[in-house]
Parts: sequence; structure tokens; C-alpha cells
Amino acid sequence: MRYFLLAVALVGLSTLGGCSEGVLNPKGPIALAERQILFNSLAIMLAIVIPTILATLGVAYWFRASNTRARYLPRFNYSGRLEVLVWAIPAMTVILVGGVAWVGSHDLDPRKPIVSAIKPISVQVVSLDWKWLFIYPEHGIASVNQLTIPVGTPVSFELTSSGVMNSFFVPQLGGQIYTMAGMATRLHLQADHSGTYRGLSAQYSGEGFSDMRFAVDAVPAEEFARWVNAARSTGPALDALTYAELAKPSAAIAPFTFRDVAPGLFKSIVMSGMRHSDATRFTCLAPESATK
Amino acid sequence: MNLLGKLTWSAIPFDQPIVMAATAMMVLTVVSVLAFVTWKGYWPYLWEEWLTSVDHKRIGVMYIVLALIMLLRGFSDAIMMRAQQAVAAGGAQGYLPPEHFDQVFSAHGTIMIFFMAMPFVIGLMNFVVPLQLGVRDMAFPTLNSVALWLTASGILLTNISLAIGEFAKTGWVAYPPLSELEFSPGVGVDYYLWALQISGVGTLMTGINFVATILKTRAPGMGYMRMPVFCWTALASNLLIVAAFPILTATFAMLLLDRYLGFHFFSTDAGGNAMMYVNLFWVWGHPEVYILILPAFGIFSEVIATFSGKPLFGYRSMVAATMVICVLSFLVWLHHFFTMGASANVNGFFGVMTMVIAVPTGVKVFNWLFTMYGGRVRFTVPVLWSIGFMVTFVIGGMTGVLMAVPPADFQLHNSLFLVAHFHNVIIGGVVFGVMAGYNYWFPKAFGFKLDERWGIASFWCWLVGFYIAFMPLYVLGLMGMTRRMQHYDNLAWQPWLLAAAVGVVIIMAGIACQIIQLVVSIRSRERLRAGGDPWNGRTLEWSTASPPPAWNFAVLPKVAEIDAYWSWKQRAQPAREPTQARDYKAIEAPKNTPTGFVTAFFAVVTGFALIWHIWWMAALGAIGAFATLLAFAFRDQEEIEIPAVQVARFDLAHQVEIAR
Repeated sequence: MRYFLLAVALVGLSTLGGCSEGVLNPKGPIALAERQILFNSLAIMLAIVIPTILATLGVAYWFRASNTRARYLPRFNYSGRLEVLVWAIPAMTVILVGGVAWVGSHDLDPRKPIVSAIKPISVQVVSLDWKWLFIYPEHGIASVNQLTIPVGTPVSFELTSSGVMNSFFVPQLGGQIYTMAGMATRLHLQADHSGTYRGLSAQYSGEGFSDMRFAVDAVPAEEFARWVNAARSTGPALDALTYAELAKPSAAIAPFTFRDVAPGLFKSIVMSGMRHSDATRFTCLAPESATK
Repeated sequence: MNLLGKLTWSAIPFDQPIVMAATAMMVLTVVSVLAFVTWKGYWPYLWEEWLTSVDHKRIGVMYIVLALIMLLRGFSDAIMMRAQQAVAAGGAQGYLPPEHFDQVFSAHGTIMIFFMAMPFVIGLMNFVVPLQLGVRDMAFPTLNSVALWLTASGILLTNISLAIGEFAKTGWVAYPPLSELEFSPGVGVDYYLWALQISGVGTLMTGINFVATILKTRAPGMGYMRMPVFCWTALASNLLIVAAFPILTATFAMLLLDRYLGFHFFSTDAGGNAMMYVNLFWVWGHPEVYILILPAFGIFSEVIATFSGKPLFGYRSMVAATMVICVLSFLVWLHHFFTMGASANVNGFFGVMTMVIAVPTGVKVFNWLFTMYGGRVRFTVPVLWSIGFMVTFVIGGMTGVLMAVPPADFQLHNSLFLVAHFHNVIIGGVVFGVMAGYNYWFPKAFGFKLDERWGIASFWCWLVGFYIAFMPLYVLGLMGMTRRMQHYDNLAWQPWLLAAAVGVVIIMAGIACQIIQLVVSIRSRERLRAGGDPWNGRTLEWSTASPPPAWNFAVLPKVAEIDAYWSWKQRAQPAREPTQARDYKAIEAPKNTPTGFVTAFFAVVTGFALIWHIWWMAALGAIGAFATLLAFAFRDQEEIEIPAVQVARFDLAHQVEIAR
């Protein structure tokens, strides 16, 4: 059993560390820091978990009924020192890991902007049934099921949903955040290496959920500028009507871009919690259910 | 106006061969069991001795029978999911369309938590707690029977959904807005909600019953600090039921109002807020985890102490740890959704609180270790499950604490790492625990032991199968695979999913071994015949006969210390003094009543009618249930008297057996 576990762990680490697209192969500062926290916490706990497992098996084996050399202590049921020890060992472990958790929660708060000399770009994310809409408010363009970002530049995400809850997740760039109708969540990520990374929804959202994935293209700044220019010259424009059309349920949509985005569209989506079924309600905003 | 509401022939999925085959299997099994019972003429026996029984032991056994049947149902869902994910890679869609796959994983979670783990744990508590407390029954025997049958109603409704209509396609947590009428217009979510509302009422009754029983009806002299640890964990678990289940009921009631009457508690418009549901669900949901695991901890404590031939190490620490977990379990619910965007302080607080629970849990592990230290450990089947648990659960606990670190959870939340983690603690903790308990108390319930060899084989299949099935899921989670995917495009995931499928097949072999174990043991029951105390036990349940008489104890035991039965055996062996010095009196026993069964019948009618919007039938069902209650309230005779002669005859025979 132990060897099997070890083998699994080794095979796992070797496939994960090298070429995989998972969280153990980070491509940005947030994912890197999160992986570090994962490793630190794991190391602290393994220091106690492995001896405990070995001791359990060792004690059970040595004190087997057939072992005549083992001492039988039928009245050994209390020891003040051991009591202190059994409370202290887990308590100390938890103090350490708890410290990691507390500090980590603050350092890696998804709302916290990434400190960088480079000016961040904004992306507004809307999860729809069952595709992703990415709006670039500073560039006036939008894309579906494909997120293109410049390498080395912090990306500031604002996220919402057209209806059902989803979770925006790019494992190699950093942790996820829920998208929920009628409110906006925040997330900050950055890619340090160019490449194409998997993005997906990590919150089950109904029938087309399995196809709710997108590609993240992290490209050099010049190439990003070229992509923006190309996007501006092709594709339809995104306004209330095309949005209502887009929001109708569909799955496995090939990526495409919008050349223009109506100003304030994201805010309207957040404020109305608008859904495909009633495009007319799009104009009547409900201020009390606005961003919390 | 349609007399049958939304119900039409199109509700039966004739076009789905897999569903129809499963339905045919289910109907065939039920019909052949009913036919067998009729053919053998067992009905009067079943009705009088079991279905209307208010005896806590019989009710406990029936709970466990339900749990075992539902284990098979929930496990076949697991096989279907593993098979689907093993093949649906790249462009392949597998054999289950999303429509069906989504129901399968929702049903799997719902069934395994509510209708497998809960009935199993409650069944063991039912059987054992009054015996360990040295009393003759639960505080409210009829309520106990009603609770059992309401649980059965929920189970029946869930299984009806296979044949008529559909089950929820929302996952077992049924988060809105997905579970709102707008996004789930079918009856699936209604089946889910009504099945759980009805069985939830039963569970709440059970909780109240156990709290009352443990607090108010212990044997003379059994102070709190003389209670067996299993009773302590049962108390903690049932306090949690009483505190937590009303939250679930209220939450579901709000969702039902949304769905049936157009309210806006959790909707996306008119000020509704789904985050409220998510919070409330887990305010119930996290204590629920401890409702399940605490009694399992109690079982391991009993098993390890008994088979080490030693008292439990650090009894007071164990009791303290149990009660600390009981309280802390209400302070950690937010760790189920760190990714919802709460502030760093909130996430940090709940992360640290979650880890604090690991302290009393760690204490328990060390105390079990020191219980074995200096013992004479007999490697029986229950001990194998216990040691398997200690090793496995420590790993699961570690990955749990890992995910309690919010930044780590951002990366692991909702991934297969999470799925691996909670199966690691629920299979490695709860399932191993109830399997240990099942093997440990079976001879007490039926008077013969379970076959040892098949038990060992089953344990190893489960253990090895578990590791092969779930360790790959940890890896897949780290590779970025999320849960509930009907198909996926990343071919690198497939080998790991194939390995997991192999693991599930090995677990299936373990379950087969358990079925064989039961059959073999029944067939060779004469050889496996066990007396009142087959394991050299420590607590009061082993002082009476196996199976215990309806009245449990001819004379209520007087308890002067912890491990009462053990200390009697150590002293002048009064339990073995045959005949004299016992003053037999006639015993008042609660009378059997069909109240529970009839109430449950009407509950099913009401639930089914509400699901399909058949309002007249819902009204009839509700009136019927209320009339049953009235009939019970106005009963003339509630107890029967067991004459002293009968008690004396049974007890003397038991004394003679012990002396032999």
C-alpha cells in the first residue's frame, strides 16, 4: 500500500511538475504564490502526518495479541504528560498553518491589485449559458470564449453572471472567483510567460457546463496591440440587443470578437441581473441590487 | 384543469434505454421480493414483528437495511460516472448525455449523504445507544418508528424519480439560481426538495429522541462521565441534528416558496440573493459532516478499546474533543465558498477556525494510538477497518486543512482534489466506521458472528480500491480538472480517470465480498453462533443476550464506573452467578403501532402530489397524515405488559449460557 502511494505520488509529481497545465505549473505571480502556500502548508502537515501514520501502523503491529514480547498494560489509560502532548502537537501545527492561512488570505486577496510598474488593463467578465464574454472597456472591444492578455501586465478583472453562478478559473495564472448575477466580484491576475493557458468554469452551471471553457492567450505587448486593432475592424458590435441574443443558451461556441461595445454595458448587466428571457427589462435598472 | 397536474405519460422516459433498464431492474426486484414474501406467507410476521415495531433494535436494523440498499443504488451511480469519465475524452461524448449524467451525479451525492450515510449512522445509534445506556428503549419509541418511515418515504420518492419524471440536475447542493424554476423548470429539483423535506422531518425527530434518551434515561448510576464514548458522540451528533436540520428545512422551504409561489428569496431578480442560500445550506452542511463522522469516531473508540483489551486512553480528553468539535462545527461553514469574494479577514477567520477543528480531531487520533499502546490488539475485521481508517483519515484530514488555507483553496476549490478530499474523509471515516460497527455489533443483533474471511477480503478490496479510485482524483485536481464534467478535451486526464475506474471496480469487489459474507454467515450461523459477549466487551450491551430480548435487560443494571460490564467481569463476576438475587418484575413495553408506516404512506402521497402539482391528492395526503396522528393520540392502550415469568425464564436461560 505504502509503495503504491509513493509510486502514485512520484508519477503524479513528475507529470504535474514538468509539462502539465495544472496548478503546479504556474505561469504568473499569483499562481506561483498560491503554489508556494500550498507547498508550505503541505510540508508543515506532512512533518506530523507521516510520523503519525507510521506510529499507528507500528504500534498496532507491535502490540498485536500474538506478540509475547510486547508488554501488556491493561490499566494504561491516562497520562497527564501525554495528554498535554496530544493537545500540543496538533495545536502547534495548526498555529503554523493558521499563520500561513491568515497572512496568505491577505496577501493573495483576489481584490488586491498586483503591484507593478506597468499599468494594468481591465477586463470585464460575464458568464453566460454556456460561454464566456470578455469585455475590454479600455479598448472598446469584446471577445467570446477567448481571453487575450499582454504578458507581464497585471489584469484587473470585474466579473458577473447573466444568470446561473459560475466560477472563473485559469489554473496556471491563479485562483478562481465566482461569477454571480446582480453583483460584481474582483480578481487580479498576471501572466509572466507567453503561451496559451486553459480557462474554465469551476462551478457547475447546467447542461452545457462541460463546454464552458476558454483559451487564455498571453502574448507580448505589441502582439496584444495588433490583436486589439484586428478585433476593432472585424465582427459585430455588442449592444443591448446583440447581448440579449448572445445570452441565449448555447454551448461549444467557437471564439469570436466584437468590434465595438456599448459603453456601460457591463454595469447594466450587473445592475439588471438581466437575462435572455426579458431583454426589455434591460433598460429598467434596479439600483438597490447594484454592486454590493 | 388536469386532475393529475403535470403528470402525463411523457413523464416516463421511454426513449432512454439506460433509464428504462434501471427502472425495469428496480421494479423487477421490488416485485420479486414482494412476491417471495407473499408466497412464503411472511406478511403477518413482517407486519407484526418489523414494520409496526417500535423496538429500537428492530428500527436500527431496518435503518441499516435501507442504508445497504441505498449503498447499492448510490454505488451504481458512481460506476456510471466513473465509466462515463473514463471514455468521454477528447471529442468523445461517452454513453451518458449531459441530461442524464447531471442527474446521476446529483442523485449520487444526495443518496450517499442522506440515504446511505445518515440511515447507517442513525441505525447503529438506534441499535446501540439504549443498550449501552442500560435502558429498555428510546425515550419516544413511536416517534422513532415515525422517523424511520419518513426516512423511507424520502428514499422511495427519490427512487420513484428514476421511473417517473427526473431527478435534480443541479448537483446535490442544488444552488440557486440554477435550482430556481427559471433554470430548472422540470420536476427534478422538486423531487429533491420534497424527498429531503420529508426525510428531514424524520431526522429531526430522531435527533430530539436521542437527545432526550441520552440526557434523561440512563441506567441508575450512569453519570455523564460514565457513559461509553459512543453515547457521547451520539449525543454530540444529535445535538447537531437538532440545531442544524431546521436550518436546512427552512432553506428548502424558501426555495420551495420561490419555485411554487413566485417568491424571490434566491432568485436573480427582485432583490433575491443566491449567496444567502449558499450560506444557509452550508450552515447546515458543515455540521452535517460532523453528524456523520462523530458517531464513527465513537465506533472506532469502542472497537479499538475492546480489541486492545484496554480502557480507552484519555477518556476525558475524548469527551472534551467530541464536544469541542460539536461546537466548532458551526463556525466553519464559509470554507465551502472562499471563492465567493468575501474579504480577506472573513476568509482568514474561517480558514483558521477550520484548522482549529483539526486539533480535537488530532487528539482523537493520538488517543486511539495510545489505546493500542500496551494493549493486546486482536486483528479482527472491525480492527482492520479502524486501522485502515486511522491511516486514511489522517491523509484526508491533511488535504482538508490544506484547502482550509484560502489561497490554496482558490486553486483547488470545486476541483477533483476537493472530490478526492471529501471522499477520503467520508469513505475513510464514515463508511469505514459504519463497516467496523456493522461487523462489531452484528453478533449482538443476530446472535451469530459475520464470517471473518469474507470480512477481511472485503476490507482489503475496499481499502485498495479506495486508494486506486481516489488518489488519481487528487492528481487530476492539481492538473486543473473540475468536478461534474460530462466530457473533457484534455487527453492527459484520461489515464488517471481510467485508473480511478479500476479502483471503483475493486471497491465493487469489496461490496460483493460483503454480500457474500452476509449470505455465507447466515448459512453457517450455527457454526458462527455467538453468546452474549463474543468479543470480551466492555460496555453494557455485551451483558445481555444476543440477540437481546425485547426488554433488553431483565433487571436494569446498576453502574458504578466507566466500562461497567468490564469491571463486573474483573470483580466477583456477579454476571455469572446464575439464578438467585435477581428480583424479576413484570415489564411495561411500548405497544407496536402502524402509526409510523401509515404516516409515511401519506407522506409519500403528499410529496408525490406536490411534486406533480396534483393539489387534491396533496390535500388528501396531508389530511390522512393528520388523521393518523389523531388516531394515535386517541389510542386506548399504549403499552403491553411482559409478565415477570417470561422475563425470568429468558434471563435464567441467559445466565446458564454465560456460566457455560
